Amino acid sequence: MTDQKRDIDEVSGVETTGHTWDGIKELNNPLPRWWLYVFYASIVWAIGYMIFMPAIPALPGTGMTNTLGLRGHSDRAVVAEQVQALHTERAAAAGRLVTASLSEIETDMSLQQFALAMGESAFGDNCATCHGAGGRGAKGYPMLADDIWLWDGTLDGIEYTLRHGIRHMDDPDTRLSSMPAFGRDGLLTPREIDDLVHYVVDLSGREADQAAVNRAAPIYATQCVSCHGADGKGNRQLGAPDLTDHEWLFGGEPRDIQQTIYSARNAHMPAWQGRLDDPTIKALAVYVHSLGGGEK
Amino acid sequence: MSIMDKHGKLERHSLLLTVGILAAVSIGGIVEIAPLFYLENTIEKVEGMRPYTPLELKGRNIYIREGCYTCHSQMVRPLRDEVERYGHYSLAAESMYDHPFQWGSKRTGPDLARVGGKYSDEWHLDHLKDPKSVVPDSIMPPYAFLAKKELRFDDIEDHLKALRLAGVPYTDDMIANAKADLVAQASPNVDFDAEDALVARYTEASGRDGTVKVSDFDLNPGAVTEMDALIAYLQMTGTLVDFSTYEANDLSNRR
Repeated sequence: MTDQKRDIDEVSGVETTGHTWDGIKELNNPLPRWWLYVFYASIVWAIGYMIFMPAIPALPGTGMTNTLGLRGHSDRAVVAEQVQALHTERAAAAGRLVTASLSEIETDMSLQQFALAMGESAFGDNCATCHGAGGRGAKGYPMLADDIWLWDGTLDGIEYTLRHGIRHMDDPDTRLSSMPAFGRDGLLTPREIDDLVHYVVDLSGREADQAAVNRAAPIYATQCVSCHGADGKGNRQLGAPDLTDHEWLFGGEPRDIQQTIYSARNAHMPAWQGRLDDPTIKALAVYVHSLGGGEK
Repeated sequence: MSIMDKHGKLERHSLLLTVGILAAVSIGGIVEIAPLFYLENTIEKVEGMRPYTPLELKGRNIYIREGCYTCHSQMVRPLRDEVERYGHYSLAAESMYDHPFQWGSKRTGPDLARVGGKYSDEWHLDHLKDPKSVVPDSIMPPYAFLAKKELRFDDIEDHLKALRLAGVPYTDDMIANAKADLVAQASPNVDFDAEDALVARYTEASGRDGTVKVSDFDLNPGAVTEMDALIAYLQMTGTLVDFSTYEANDLSNRR
């Protein structure tokens, strides 16, 4: 087109493309300069980016996924470094925490603060989902802020529970016990279970039908006593709850107790070893221990 | 005659123009898509990944049907705070048998890529039936009806076959026993042979022990419900790959 004369539109004074459709000519408005220069700069930037950053998929068989670029940048390497830096920052306190005894933690203010802060934040995401904020518990999920413990309320005991879980079958060291489903598996008749409900209500110091309590006494003595004890105080070795207090994990109404005896509960807590690292588990143990009911 | 005049010829000939456009667009497409065909190039080599069991697959379908993905992503991104909260960042290999994947880009609820094994089956049951009963400030709607709906699985073999066409390595054995496997996974201590066969089949595919969880997920031994399937799926997510053998910082795994 260089040999052609530039065709200028008379009305607007803008050059036309020279295309004509049914006598209509197309204006050739130039792109704004700033836009054009940004566009060219982007192209230059893209070339530079491809040289410096990972950009081009590698050929199969080279053992690489893509060209690494001059900077050798990798999101995965960056996150690995950041996590490593975090662990380094925590290393001194975390190392002391893992091996510290209860009395050491209680006397060392900075260590205690470190453990509680770490424990609280880990508790929020991992534990509060079941045990509630601040360990207030819910039906089926033990309250951790009181001084009633099913298994072990010492610092070491709590840490053991955290590591191995309760009835977590993938962990051979898990805390394990199993109450039979007396009704569902036909070990007791519905009548006997009803009597036992009265017996348990009586154990907890509430008013119950004494005739039923008397009828249930021999059943309790043969079926329940080995775990819950003759006095109904439970057995922490087996995670058997105390039936005489007024705390009921699965509800204390006769209907709830009946359901518990009929089909058993045997709740499961997952093991956290492997999912959480050692300092976090210890920090959680310290935090839970501090919630109100930690034992020496 | 300059090149611009030839362009005028192209513009005035509709067939030529169509062919020209096709060629130009194809270049862009090929550059973007072709590298993805080298799957061994884009998916990390990992140990433990296996096709989903029939029950997990059914659960996944319910997950998709109920639109769980609209609030929950399944992708832990390689960022420090995500790795701290959720665990190891997700790998492409972990969703290689997903059709479609559930990565997601919006989180109203937490990421679920590694929720498997984090909570008990009972918790999932309570939470799905009534989320507020365990998480008081939750805004998740309740899904109690899943526990009442018996799972329909008369089409499970066909589903496995379809996925095999898409590249998921289901064996003939897995397809032939799909129904038995599905029932066995939700019915512990009922048919021990079926249970063992299921575990053996998928453990072999995984190459790693402990990836198949048999449980009465909905605590209702009488029936296989949609709740069973969904909890089975959730309890599996993120648990298959063996991260103890995965070299995250190896050059071939750099991204």
